[in-house]
Order: sequence, then structure tokens, then C-alpha cells
Amino acid sequence: MINTMIHSLFLINSTADIFLEKHWKSVVSRSVCDYFFEAFSKASDPENVPPVIPTPHHYLISIFWEKTFFVAVIQNEVSPLFVIEFLHRVAETFQDYFGECSETSIKDNLVIVYELLEEMLDNGFPLATESNILKELIRPPTILRSVVNTITGSSNVGNMLPSGQLSSIPWRRAGVKYSNNEAYFDVIEEIDAIIDKSGSTVFAEIQGVIDACIKLTGMPDLTLSFMNPRLLDDVSFHPCVRFKRWESERVLSFIPPDGTFRLMSYHVSSQNLVAIPVYVKHNISFRESGASGRFDVTIGPKQTMGKTVEGIVVTVHLPKVVLNTDLTSTHGNYTFDPVTKILVWDIGKMNPQKLPNLKGTLSMQSGVPKPEENPSLNIQLRIQQLAISGLKVNRLDMYGEKYKPFKGVKYVTKAGKFQVRT
Amino acid sequence: MSSNSLSYNDQGGMAVEHASEAGQETTPTTGSGSGFGLFRTDYKKDDDLKEMLESNKDSLKLEAMKRIVGLIAKGKNSSDLFPAVVKNVASKNIELKKLVYVYLVRYAEEQQDLALLSISTFQRALKDPNQLIRASALRVLSSIRVPIIVPIMMLAIKEAASDLSPYVRKTAAHAIQKLYSLDPDQKEHLIEVIEKLLKDKSTLVAGSVVMAFEEVCPDRIDLIHKNYRKLCNLLVDVEEWGQVVIINMLTRYARTQFLSPWREDKLFIEDNEKTFYESDEDNKAKSAQIVKAYVMDPDHQLLLRNTKPLLQSRNTAVVMAVAQLYWHLAPKADVGIISKSLVRLLRSHREVQYIVLQNIATISIQRKGMFEPYLKSFYVRSTDATHIKILKLEILTNLANEANISTILREFQTYVKSQDKVFAAATIQAIGRCATNITEVTDTCLNGLVLLLSNGNETVVAESVVVIKNLLQTQSTQHGDIIKHMAKLLDNITVPMARASILWLIGEYCERVLKIAPDVLRKMAKTFTSEEEIVKLQILNLAAKLYLTNSKQTKLLTQYILNLAKYDQNYDIRDRTRFIRQLIVPNEKSGALSKYAKKIFLAPKPAPVLESPFKDRDRFQLGTLSHTLNTKASGYLELSQWPEVAPDPSMRNVEVIEPVNQWKPQLGKVKTTKPAHSFYSDGDEEDEEEAASGSEESSSEDSSSGSEDEAEEDKSSSGSKGSDSTSSSSEGSDSESESNKKKKTKKKTTGNESGKQSALHKTDSSTSEESSSGSQSESEAQVDSDSGTDQNHQKPKSKMKEVKELIKKPEISLLDLDDFAPPPSSSPIVMPKPAVLSPTLIMDLEGLSLSSTSIAIDVTSPVYVPAKPHELLHRMSGKGLSAQYHFPRQPCIYNSKMVSVQVTLSNEADQKIEGIHIGGKKLPTGLQIYEFNRIESLEPGSSITVSMGIDFNDSTQSANFQLCTKSDQFSVFIQPTVGELLLPVTMSEQDFKVQQGKLTGMNENTTSITLEPKNSSGQPAVHKIVNVANLGLVPSGLDNIHRFAAKTVNAGTLVLVTLELKESLTADLIVNTEKTAIGSMLLREIKTALSQA
Repeated sequence: MINTMIHSLFLINSTADIFLEKHWKSVVSRSVCDYFFEAFSKASDPENVPPVIPTPHHYLISIFWEKTFFVAVIQNEVSPLFVIEFLHRVAETFQDYFGECSETSIKDNLVIVYELLEEMLDNGFPLATESNILKELIRPPTILRSVVNTITGSSNVGNMLPSGQLSSIPWRRAGVKYSNNEAYFDVIEEIDAIIDKSGSTVFAEIQGVIDACIKLTGMPDLTLSFMNPRLLDDVSFHPCVRFKRWESERVLSFIPPDGTFRLMSYHVSSQNLVAIPVYVKHNISFRESGASGRFDVTIGPKQTMGKTVEGIVVTVHLPKVVLNTDLTSTHGNYTFDPVTKILVWDIGKMNPQKLPNLKGTLSMQSGVPKPEENPSLNIQLRIQQLAISGLKVNRLDMYGEKYKPFKGVKYVTKAGKFQVRT
Repeated sequence: MSSNSLSYNDQGGMAVEHASEAGQETTPTTGSGSGFGLFRTDYKKDDDLKEMLESNKDSLKLEAMKRIVGLIAKGKNSSDLFPAVVKNVASKNIELKKLVYVYLVRYAEEQQDLALLSISTFQRALKDPNQLIRASALRVLSSIRVPIIVPIMMLAIKEAASDLSPYVRKTAAHAIQKLYSLDPDQKEHLIEVIEKLLKDKSTLVAGSVVMAFEEVCPDRIDLIHKNYRKLCNLLVDVEEWGQVVIINMLTRYARTQFLSPWREDKLFIEDNEKTFYESDEDNKAKSAQIVKAYVMDPDHQLLLRNTKPLLQSRNTAVVMAVAQLYWHLAPKADVGIISKSLVRLLRSHREVQYIVLQNIATISIQRKGMFEPYLKSFYVRSTDATHIKILKLEILTNLANEANISTILREFQTYVKSQDKVFAAATIQAIGRCATNITEVTDTCLNGLVLLLSNGNETVVAESVVVIKNLLQTQSTQHGDIIKHMAKLLDNITVPMARASILWLIGEYCERVLKIAPDVLRKMAKTFTSEEEIVKLQILNLAAKLYLTNSKQTKLLTQYILNLAKYDQNYDIRDRTRFIRQLIVPNEKSGALSKYAKKIFLAPKPAPVLESPFKDRDRFQLGTLSHTLNTKASGYLELSQWPEVAPDPSMRNVEVIEPVNQWKPQLGKVKTTKPAHSFYSDGDEEDEEEAASGSEESSSEDSSSGSEDEAEEDKSSSGSKGSDSTSSSSEGSDSESESNKKKKTKKKTTGNESGKQSALHKTDSSTSEESSSGSQSESEAQVDSDSGTDQNHQKPKSKMKEVKELIKKPEISLLDLDDFAPPPSSSPIVMPKPAVLSPTLIMDLEGLSLSSTSIAIDVTSPVYVPAKPHELLHRMSGKGLSAQYHFPRQPCIYNSKMVSVQVTLSNEADQKIEGIHIGGKKLPTGLQIYEFNRIESLEPGSSITVSMGIDFNDSTQSANFQLCTKSDQFSVFIQPTVGELLLPVTMSEQDFKVQQGKLTGMNENTTSITLEPKNSSGQPAVHKIVNVANLGLVPSGLDNIHRFAAKTVNAGTLVLVTLELKESLTADLIVNTEKTAIGSMLLREIKTALSQA
């Protein structure tokens, strides 16, 4: 009985209250969540709650999404990734519908949430998970619509029955019409890196995605080609992409879904050296006796390809023994949360003439041995108009429709999991 | 917040005060403060909701239902409203109806009698002309868990299983499981339905029915045989959730049906596969026997090949499913392809990482090599969750070997200092494991661990002690120093486990630390009473061992400790004391055993094996819940062992006779191709859908089903029906393609001239295919891989014979088995004379799809490479630099779309020429140049040959660029002859004919030539032709016909040339290609060449 999938779903907030439950088969008592709460209270951090928890009669598989736990109750053997992937899809759908997926937005839209869950899962098995189909079935709430609904008494359930679900191109709805036909692509690359104490790169790689926002009338058939497709080492696609054409010609050929979607994700082959856009000079030390420590961090540009580095944020998880900080920054602001011990330094745009620096003392609990490890620095940054791997879109062709669409490609490089050990 | 309260306020005029309360209730911000309000609402709610439900205003009812759903969501009971709610089940308002369904499904079980009131509504809806209404009625009906309606459900499912709409059939498949869980006695009937639905060819149904199969009768493998190939072929087009289910089922299936591909590397035969009693020799004999004969079943290959592209899925569950399929089914050499995809998943959410890392951990124990290249992807970040860190650590440890251990240990050094002490402790254990596994680093690790003993953190120290203890045990060499060092630590360490470990070590190796041991015992005797139990036991142990080896110094101490222990509160300790006393202290009562006391206590002990906690996880199928939990989850199905002898593969052959179902696709329109290039579902589905909506439209005017497009399509296809049934077979194909064209134009709004032309000989099977290749453009490359068969179906009868021959070639890619599935005899619709397809032909066609790869159109080496160079730059105009180029006719190494060009640069001046490179390029659109590397200097009189690549975009436009030296720039250009834009390909004569058959009409250029006498015989003429153009020879059965094949470099479009020598110095020359410009130019060039000397 591999496929008796999801029995029930509980949504739980970060203070361990169940605020929504939905059952697809017989009702499972809420008390099953006690096992979850137990694991929750044991974990030091919500992130540390194990995703799979066995209980005497059920299994709980959960995801943690922006302060909300989605806990699925399973009775039988199932592929855990199947459930996890589905739960993420649910959370993404909520996000898509309500702009954010939080306890507040879910409670505000309880009926829509329920209607969505009803459509997404039948007897515990995923039914319609494509956002385009769902949007035909259940219209997302907008301020305008709620006013209109109030006046006209109409509802947010689609009167039209969805044709997408029945078609061979389930991700695109029929009869799409726009007066301005546009196709935008965002090439977003993230640098994952671990930099060691001495500044040398322990590990670095580039992961990228191409997000598309397509507003085209009818059934356009698009072909996107790259100048240098050979850079791409490992790829995964939205189901709309014709894999065979990629294999044979290295072009992306697809009939796009309507609206925004992730066209592909890719990994840049590891032979290419990864350019590290910034360097960090750091001097963090804890004194054995004085119950204080020094903190001195400077960030400078390294390989930026002549572009400006923006949106720099340095996040440091300071050791538990640090009580407070007394720092001054030359650029941007810093905040320190004495409870979570997280230091956030928001630098913003880098000025290469005057390098941003954050410096000062840390006051620490006395009588406790000094922490042996210096905290690592997590860095976020953004470089506009640059794909750090050098990937370039060559051209976009459209077939199947007559009009001339407006096309655009934007490149952004960001720091992904970019960590500097100190 | 919120449309709800807003609209409520406006509409629920009759209950204003409740309105505000209801509003409050849905306001999350009020939080706990609203508790009182909530209570009040609850108190009065019943009446008010009931009234609202019974009013005759839909808006009021809707509002009530919304509030009720809110209650359900909060887990509050509202079952007492059942009668009032159920009345609205037949409401016209869709949203209201949906909410009533939600309520009904939730409470029907509790209110069975009342629930029956709603049944008739659903029964009526099951007959609704709109497929979506039928489906939704079945969905709700089957979700009502009321045993009394089982017969009604059964009937509904059976009916829905033969519904015209695949969507309704999908719903039926879902309903099967619901009914089964409600009443398992229905199993036999349900299996019949499953059997029927398994034959369904819609991708919509496939996933759902396989799921029902897994639920109801996973052991009925026999039902799969006939559908196996179809499922494999449909797989890419099934929705992602269905893919996971099908892949899992096929994994189990394959393990029962095929021979193990692993026999050769016997080591690798799963441990669990070896039964306990089997001797090694047995195994050897067996494997030797089978190795000899092992050839992978083509069906086995089919499965592996068709699942491989899904490794690129965006759905992590699909990727994992394919990975486990490869792990359990693929030959060991092929499993490697999954590692890259699994590593990719590590970029995903935390929960996904957790599961994937677990599976990688299991894999990496058996196959280090698979993940070694990705070692760094498992480096731990301080922000990872603890369980992720520990899994990564596990994998790093598994991957450690002599070569990478130093890198890994350096990494571990960072981890040991981590603030996350659980993780730091795990790292120490990992170091211990590395030390035992890799003897080269044992000493290094040991020293490192000893250093850690002076660490400030107790957990770290304690863990180090335990690991050192284990390590010392595995090492028989002297480690007196370390033990002494640890003895000193005893004063400071408080963690019981660590103290116990040190004591045990001192006792075990007391002979190496003769002087210290008694002193330690003395100290411990002082603190005995305040120690933890585990420490106390070890003190006793130490005392006993010392008494036996060094009784002079320790006798009194031992007795003191034994006395203390005798009155300990813990009975384990008291028992142990009694036991030890009897054993070591000689007295009259002690039996024979005391003689052996020394042997008992100081026997050499086997070292503990430090092994991975994932060691035995491989008994579970990867990717399963059981694997994650490392215990058997309920409902887990064991993966069976490979059979010794494969069951008869012919079971999977599909019979010709099939029940004729109306909805089954008509042969002519059946996707004759499963377009090799697309993920899309193909014509099959669409046709069904059309058929379905078509029939609906005729039966009712239901506006909501089907868009306008669809309706139009229906008309056009029914138009073709008419024309076909009346026309003769030869016209049949024409009118069909006409109608196809019409259809296409309507649907896709493509349809410029060339598009139509190329469409003429293709079916309109796959929309995606059509639209891209139909719209001229470079994308025509598809055509070749489009494989001969697609056209066979609609080709006039005369071609059938060739088809048959072709089929024997085992080379078609991704062709869907269904294509050739038995033609429903009731389908005279589009296909001219389907009866022509004799059963044997169908069988042959099937055979074709089974062996499935595309017609091999492989680029071969050129037949002839003309050495004649072309001038690029004359030395006079080049100031001493001269350049010549020629086409080596090799595939370009820089880019497969480029023509490779070799340029020979010579310095004919008397000075060095420096810095030769390509400067500014003035290229027509579409052309690209791959430059040669800058030549730093060229000595006088010398020359150098460099190669470059030019993408001519399949045109004879010249590539203009500047050849620059350090001081000068020369504008030059390279213009290819049409013959250089080709790459020779090989194909068989049959393939050639088939391809040629596709390229008639406008794609064919013919001329007759008067030959120059020298060229009148075969060889010289052939030579002339291959000189002019880079064509490959196709073997010909006839002496006077010569065939050549090539593809264009850029788009890969086929170019076919036929030369038929006739009497009296004439010959017919035919060039077939979709690139008409190239065709006519080539024709002209060849003609000129042949008519000249």
C-alpha cells in the first residue's frame, strides 16, 4: 500500500499552536501532533526539528516554511520526498495566492485555503498542483475582487471549469489575452562558497536559475538559445521544456505557462574557476580573562568585473557567551539581537574608495571559558547586470503567434550560501 | 482581512451583531484575546447558521458555509448542522456547492443516514454531459465513507472507467482506492476495473491507475506485463506525481522480471541477497554460469532509457525515484549518472536535503567513487541544521580514503571547534572512524584527539576519551603515554562515560601503566560513593583487574572498594560485587572458576568495530520512508531478489485483439510519433479530449466544456472524417493532410508556405512538434530524428513494404508503443483503409518501438577531402602575409554548428610578422566565428596552419572579417560553396528511401543532366559529386543508382542526393531537402560538375 499518501494536514505556528487542520480521509485526532510538539520542544531551533517523526500509528512528515510548520500525517510507507515536495508546493501556492504564506494570511483566507487544499489533493494523492490550473478553479483574492464580490455577490470560485487540467499542456491555460505582449527572463546566479580563515577558497560553485515572466497572447512556442550553453553542467527544467531539443541542440524550446515561473535551474560546470566578488578582512578575538572580545571586519571588492556590489549584508551568529556589542560602522547600520545572538550588518552599496568597516568590542559573560571557535560570517550581496559565470542569452524566438512580443533579459548575481570562516 | 467580514457585513444584514463577531473570529490578530468572543459566537452560532442556511438567498447560505468551513478548519465540531447543510447539495451556486461537498466529506461518516439524502444528487450528476461535473460528482460520492452506498459506488466506478473523458477515468482510478479502503471485499471487482484502466492510453489516467494498482493489488504483477512497455513510453508525459508512483512500481516489477545486471561484479551483489546458507562456491558457480549468458533484456533497457531524462525533473521526488530505480536496476557502470542529480537536490529545502543526504549516505558506503568528485558539496556550513550537519559528516567519513583524508581531516578540525557541541562530538567520532578505516592516519588522528583532551569543553573531551579508548583497543601497539595522560585527566573530567572509559582503559592496560594504576584506584576509592553507576562498575572492574595482576599493592584497596560496593543502593552494583568477590578472592567456597579469574578478566578483547550507522540501511529500498526511519514502515513492500531465471519476456508482447472502446484514439490520428523532442503529451490525449468534448457538444450545449479552439478543431476533424470516408485511399492521405493543415492553422496560427509544405507529409500528431518544425526556421533539425515511422501510418499503401523493412532496424527513439497499439477496428475515420495494416505488420511495428532508438543518422568521416585551397589573402595585398584556407570537412570541435576551416598563414616577407589575429567581424545575422588563437609571431619563410570554426547558418553568405597583424588590418572573407555546409551521414538504403519519401513536393529538386563522357560510368561520377559536396555514400542495390546523404551543419537538416545514370550519357539527379535554397544550389553545382570534364 505504497500510495496511501497524505491522510491529514496540520498547520502549526512557531509557538506550537495548531491553527488549521484538514483531513482527506477519516479524521485523525489532533493529539497525533503531540509527538511533533515533543520533538519541537527538544529542538533548540525550529530548523532542527526532524522532518520525519514516527509515532505508534502514524508518521509525521513536516516542512518548516516561514515560521509555519506544515505537518502531514501519513499512515503507510510512502516516498518521504513525495510528501515534502508536495507540502512545499502547497506553501508556494499559498504564497502565490496571498503574497505571503504566514499564519495571518492563511487565517485571513481560510475558505480559499480550504478550497485549494481540496483541489490539490484527492484522497491524499496530488491532483492539481499547477498554479495555472488552480487559478482557473479558484481565483486568487484581490482587494478589487473582494469589493466586487461584495457588491455583486459573486464568488471567488471560477465559474468556468478549467480546461488546462484536461489538456496535454496542463501548465498553460487556454485563451490567454494581453494587449502588451511581453516576455522577460531573469538570469539569477548565486555563488555558494566557503572561504577559510586565511581568505583562500575552500569551496565555490555557481548555481543559477532562469525565472521567466511571460505575458503572451495565445499559444506561443518559444525558443531561447544561449551564446555559451556549454557552461551549463547540470540542469533541471520546468516540465514545459522539451528535453530532447536541449539534449540535441542545447536550446530551450517550450510553450510557456502564463505568468511567472522558474524555467530552469542550472549548475555551472566546476572546471570553471569561480570569481569571488568580495574579500573580507577580519580580526575577531575573545580574550581569555577580560570578559570581552574584539571585532573588526572590513569588506573590499575582489573580482567584480567592474560592476558595483550592492545589497551587502553580513550576518554573524555570535557565540552564546556574548552579551552585547559595542561597535561602530563606517557604512550602513548594524543590529545585534542579544537573545538570538545574531549580529546583522547592513552595508548596502560598496564604495571601493572607502571600504566598509565594522569595529569595536564585544562584552561577554565572565567566568565562562572563551569560545574556541570564531563565528563565521555569512555574506549576502548582489551585482546587477552580471551573470558571474559569463552565461549569455543569445536570442529568443517565438513561433506559433503572429505578433511581435517585447523581450527582455536581466542578469543578477547574488551570494548564495556564502560563508567566511574566521 | 478580509473579504469575509466585509461581505458579511453587507449581506448578512439580518444579523449585524453576529456579523461583527464572525468578523472577529476570522481576524487572526485578535489572537487569544478573541477567546471570549469566540465562545459567544459558538454559543449562538447554531441558530444563526441554521437560519442562514435555510434562507433562500445564496449569498447568505454561502456566508454560513464559509463560517462552517472555518469551524472545520479549526477542528471544531459542527456536525449538528448536517441536515441544514445537506439540503444545499444541489445548489446552483458552484462555490456554495463546493463548500457543501467539503462539509459532506468531512461529516458523512458520522451522519450516515442523513448523508444518504445527498446520494441521488450525485447519481444525477454522474450522468451530466459535462465531464468536469461527472468527475467531481464521482470524487465526492466516493469520498463519502458510508458503507451502505458501496454498490452505488461500485457501479459508478465501473461506468466512469469507460467514460469518454480521460479526466473522468482518472477520477475513477482515484475512486477505486477509496472504495477499497471502505470495503476490501470489493477487491476482485476493483481489480477488474484496474485491469481495464491499466490499458488506458491517456497520460492523465496512467499515474492514478498505477496508484490504485499499488494500493489494491500490488502483487498482481501479471496485470502489468501487457502494459509495461506502454507505461515506460508514456512516462515522460505523465504528470510528475504520477511519475513517482509509476517509477516505484516499475522498479518492483523489474526486479521480478529481469535478470540481475550485476552478476559480474559479484562483490557487489547485495549482502542481503546472499542467503545465509549459500556457500560462496555456490554463488560463484551460479554467477559464472549466468555471466556468460547475460544480455540485458530490451525491456529492461527501455525502462532505464526512458527514466533517465527525468533525472532533470524539477520535482525532487521524481529525481529521487529515478535515482533509486537506477540504484536498484541499472548495471553498476551506469549508476554513476545519478550522483550529479542527487547533489543538485542538495540545493533545495532543508527537508529535501535531509532525505537526499540519507540516501547518499547509504549509497556512499557501497560506492565511494560515485560521490567522491562532489566531496566539497558535503562540506558543512555553520548555518546548517544539526541533523543536516551530522548527515554530511557521515557522508564525508564514508568518502574518506588515502587520497583525500588530509583534506577531510583539515575540514574536521574546523568542525571540532563548532559551537554546536552535538556536532562537534559527532565530528570526533567521525575522526575515530577515519582513523580505524585508514591506517595511514591512525597516529595522526590519535594525536589530534589527545590534543582535544585539553579542550575546554567537556562534551568534546568526553567524546574524545571514548573514541581514543576505542582506537587504542584496535591498536595493539604501546600507548602508555596516552593512557598516562588520560589518567591525569581523571581529576578534571566529570562526564561519567568518559570517566568510565578512562578507568576501563587503565584496567585493561594496567601492565603498561604499572605505577599509575594503583594510584588511580586509590583516588577512585575515595570518591567511590559519589560516582555514577557506570563509573562505579568500572571502578570495581579496575579493582578486580589490579588485584589479579598486582595484588601486593592493591589488595587492601580492592577489599575496601568491594565492601563499599556491597552496600551500594544499586542492586546491579551489589550483584557485580558479589560476583567479583567470589571470583577473585580465594576462599574455601570458591569453585573451580577462580582459577580462571585472570583469563576471564584479562582476556584479549576484540576491538569494537567503528562503523557507519548507515551500514545496514541498504536492506530498504532507497527513497522510502522505511529507509529514512531505518525500520520497516507499515505497508512497506520488499524489493524482491532478482530471479535466477527470467520469466518469459514474451508476456509483455501486446496482443492485437483489443476490446474496442469508443474513446480509443483512431489510428490515423493517433500520435503517429511520440515526438522524440518533446515532453509534451501527444496527439493521443488531445484526440481523446477532442473526441470527448466533441461528443459532449453534440449531445448538449454545455458552454463550459472546451474552449472555442477545441470546438473548431472538432469541426475540422469531423470534416476530414467525411472526406476520408468517401475518398479513395490515394486521396486519403492528401485530404487528411489538408484537414490537418486546416486544423493546424486554426489552432496554432502558424502556416506560412514552407510550414505547410513540410507539414504535408507529417501527421498533425503533436502540436508542439508541428508548431516548431512547421514554422520553417532552424529548428527543422528535428525532422531527422523524427524517425521514419511517423509518416508510415499516413503514407500511401505503397510505402508499407518499406516500412516493414525499416522496422527491423532496431533504432527508433522514444517511439511510443501505443502508436502501434491495436487499431480499434471501428475507426475508419481519418486513416485511409486502416484494414491494410495486417496484424503482422502491427506486430512488426511494435517490435520497432520496443527496440526503440532513432534511425541512426550518424555523422561519418568525409568520403573525400579536396585538397584545393582557396585564397584568403594574397601576399601582395597582405604586405608579405599570405593566407589560404580550405575545408577539412571535419565536424568542428568548437561548436557542432560550425563548419571547420583551416587557414594556412605564411610569412613571405623578410621580417617577422607579429600578433596575427582576427579583428573586427562584419557578419550577416546568424553567422558566427570561432577565432583561432592569436599567433604571437611568425618567422619569415615559415607558415602555420590554424583552424577556426564558422557557423554559416546554412547559407552561402560570406563571412567577412579582418585579419590583423600587429601593425596592419586586412579585410578578408570566407565564402563556402554549398557543398561545404554539409556533413556526411550514414544510413541504410531503406532509411534513405523512407526519409526521401518524407521530402517530396517542394522539398524535391530534380533535373536531368547530360553527362560529360568521362563521367558516364559510376565511379568518376561519384567522385565528382563527393568532390563538390561533402556527402556520405549510401550503399545502393543497383549499379546505376547512386545515393548520397548528408545533413546541414547548422540545423542538421537532411540532404539526400540521388543520381540515376541512364542510357546515352544522361542521368537524373534528385536532391531532397527541406532547405530548398540549399537543395537548388546543390543541384546546380552537381549538375555543373558532372557536365564538365
